[in-house]
Amino acid sequence: MIDAEFLINTLSLGSLYALLALGLVFVYGILKLVNFAYGEYIMVAGYGLFLLGSYTALPLWVIMILSVLLAAAVSYLTEIVAFRPVRTKSLTAMLITSFAISVLLQNAALLFVSPRSRAVRLPAAFSQSITVLGVTTPLRNVLTIVTAIVLLAGLTVLMKYTVLGIAMRAAADKFTTTRLMGVPANLVISVAFIISGFLAGVVAMFWIGRSSSVDPLIGFAPLLIAFIATVIGGMHSLAGAVAGGFVYGLLFNMLSILLPASVISYRDAFMFVIVILFLLLRPEGLIKGSYTEERVG
Amino acid sequence: MLSVKDLHASYGSIKALHGIDLEVNEGELVALLGTNGAGKSTTLKAISGVLRPVVGSVRFADEEIANKKPEAIVKKGISLVPEGREIFTSLTVAENLRLGAFSSYQRSRYQKDLEEMFALFPILEERLNQPGGQLSGGEQQQLAIARALMSHPKLIMLDEPSLGLSPALVDQIFELVSALRDRGSTVLLVEQNAERALKIADRAYVLKNGRIKFSGSPQQLESELDLASVYFGGEEGKGEVTV
Ligand SMILES: Nc1ncnc2c1ncn2[C@@H]1O[C@H](COP(=O)(O)OP(=O)(O)OP(=O)(O)O)[C@@H](O)[C@H]1O
Ligand SMILES: [Mg+2]
Repeated sequence: MIDAEFLINTLSLGSLYALLALGLVFVYGILKLVNFAYGEYIMVAGYGLFLLGSYTALPLWVIMILSVLLAAAVSYLTEIVAFRPVRTKSLTAMLITSFAISVLLQNAALLFVSPRSRAVRLPAAFSQSITVLGVTTPLRNVLTIVTAIVLLAGLTVLMKYTVLGIAMRAAADKFTTTRLMGVPANLVISVAFIISGFLAGVVAMFWIGRSSSVDPLIGFAPLLIAFIATVIGGMHSLAGAVAGGFVYGLLFNMLSILLPASVISYRDAFMFVIVILFLLLRPEGLIKGSYTEERVG
Repeated sequence: MLSVKDLHASYGSIKALHGIDLEVNEGELVALLGTNGAGKSTTLKAISGVLRPVVGSVRFADEEIANKKPEAIVKKGISLVPEGREIFTSLTVAENLRLGAFSSYQRSRYQKDLEEMFALFPILEERLNQPGGQLSGGEQQQLAIARALMSHPKLIMLDEPSLGLSPALVDQIFELVSALRDRGSTVLLVEQNAERALKIADRAYVLKNGRIKFSGSPQQLESELDLASVYFGGEEGKGEVTV
C-alpha cells in the first residue's frame, strides 16, 4: 500500500495541513488564544478570488496573490480592531471575541454575497495532471508540496535568523520579559496575525482549488483540521504544528485505505477517536515545546 | 536621575505600594531593602512599566515616565534584571543577548559589547549556542545581567541578583555590581542580603508594607535600625524609625 501514489497524496495533504496548523499556532504561541476566526480568513481569501475574478480583468495569478494578501490584511485588521482592545482583559474575553469575529465574517459573506456557494476560477494549472515517479497526480498536489517547502524554509529563516523572529520566539516564551527588552508588544502580535492570515490565504488557494467554489461556511472544516493537527503535534511549538499536520495527513490517508468501504464514511469519527486517544495519552502532543502558559498582560 | 514621588500601585484590589518616595542620583548605587512582601519587586515593576497603571510620579532624566509602556521605558535607558532571572529558556545565550540589545542596537558596537560581556562573564562565551534553559541558576543570573547591560542602560535595576547562588557566586555578583557603579553606571539594587548590599551601597531605603520606613546612608541604617528587623521582619529593634 505504501506506493509512490500514497506518498505523494500523503505529502501533499500533510503539507496543506501543516501550513493550516502553523497559522493557528503562530497566534496561539504568543496570545495563548485559539483563534476561532482563523477559518474565516480562508473564506475571505476565497471571496477575494470570487469577487476579483468576477469584477476585474486581472490575470488569475495576480488575483491569487491579492486574495492571499487580503486574508493577511483581514487577519491584521481583526487584531487591531477587535483583539487589541480586549487583550489585557482576559483570555475568555478574547475567545468570545474570536467567536464574534467568526460569526460576523460569515454573516457578511451571507449578506453581501450569497448563502449559496459561488464558483471561482483558478489557473488551469490547478486542474491539470502531471506524472511524477510514475504516478499521475493533479499538479495541484505537487504545487502544495513545493509551496509548503518554500514557506516552511522561509519561516524557518525568519524565526531563526532575524531579530524579529528571535523576538517572536521570546514573546511566545515570556511575553512581559520580551517587552522589557524593548520589543513592542503590538509589533510581535501584529506580525503573528499577519503571518497567520497569510498562511490561511495560501491554504485557501489549494483548499478552494479542489472544489473551485467558495461558500460562507467553508472555513469550518479547515479550522477543525488545524485544531486537531495541533492537538496531535502539540500547541507549544511551531515544529509541533508542522509535525501534527503531516501526521494528520498520514493518519487520514491510512484510514482511507485501511477502512473497509462500508465504514469509510465514518472516517471522521475514527479521526476523532485518534484525537481523543492523543488527548488521553499524550496531552502535550508529539512535540512538547518550551512555551510557557504565561498570558499576555 | 530617577525621582519617584508618592507612588501607589496595586494588584487588582490588593494595594502593594502606599506612596513611595525614592531618589537615585547619577552614578549612585542605591540599595532597596525590606522583608518578603514589603513591595521591593513591585516598586521595580512599577518603575519599569511592567505593572500598570500606577498613581504618582516617576521622573527619569527630567521626563515623566509613570504609566509608560515597558518597551518605551527601556528605550529611555532603564533596564531591569527581573526577579527570578526570566531568561528566555528556549533561546540560545547568543539570542538572549541579541534581544538585550534590541532597544539600542547599533551594528558598529554590537561585537565590541559582546566581547565586553564575555570578559565579565566568560561562561557565556562558552555556552553561546546553548539554550538559556540549559544553564545553571548562577549562569542564568549572569546571563540576565549581561542581557540587561547589552542595552547600555543609564540606570540598571537588579531584583535580588544573589538569590539562590552559592557563596562564591554571591561574592562574584556583589563584586560585579560594585564594579558596575565604579565604571559609571547608576544602580538600584534590591537585595535580601542586606548586610552585603549595605557594604557596597552609597545610600539605602528600607521598605515595609509598601511604605518607605527608612532612607539614608548605610552607616545611619546600621546604627539606627536593627538590621535583623529589616530583614527577617521581626519586631523593630531600637525604637521606631521615621523618615
Ligand atoms: N502578582 C501578584 N498578585 C497579587 N499580589 C501580589 C502579586 N505580586 C506581589 N503581590 C503582593 O504585593 C506585595 C508586595 O510584593 P513584592 O513582590 O513587591 O514583595 P518583595 O518585597 O519583592 O518580596 P520578596 O522579597 O519576597 O521578593 C505582597 O503583599 C504580595 O503578596
Ligand atoms: Mg521580590
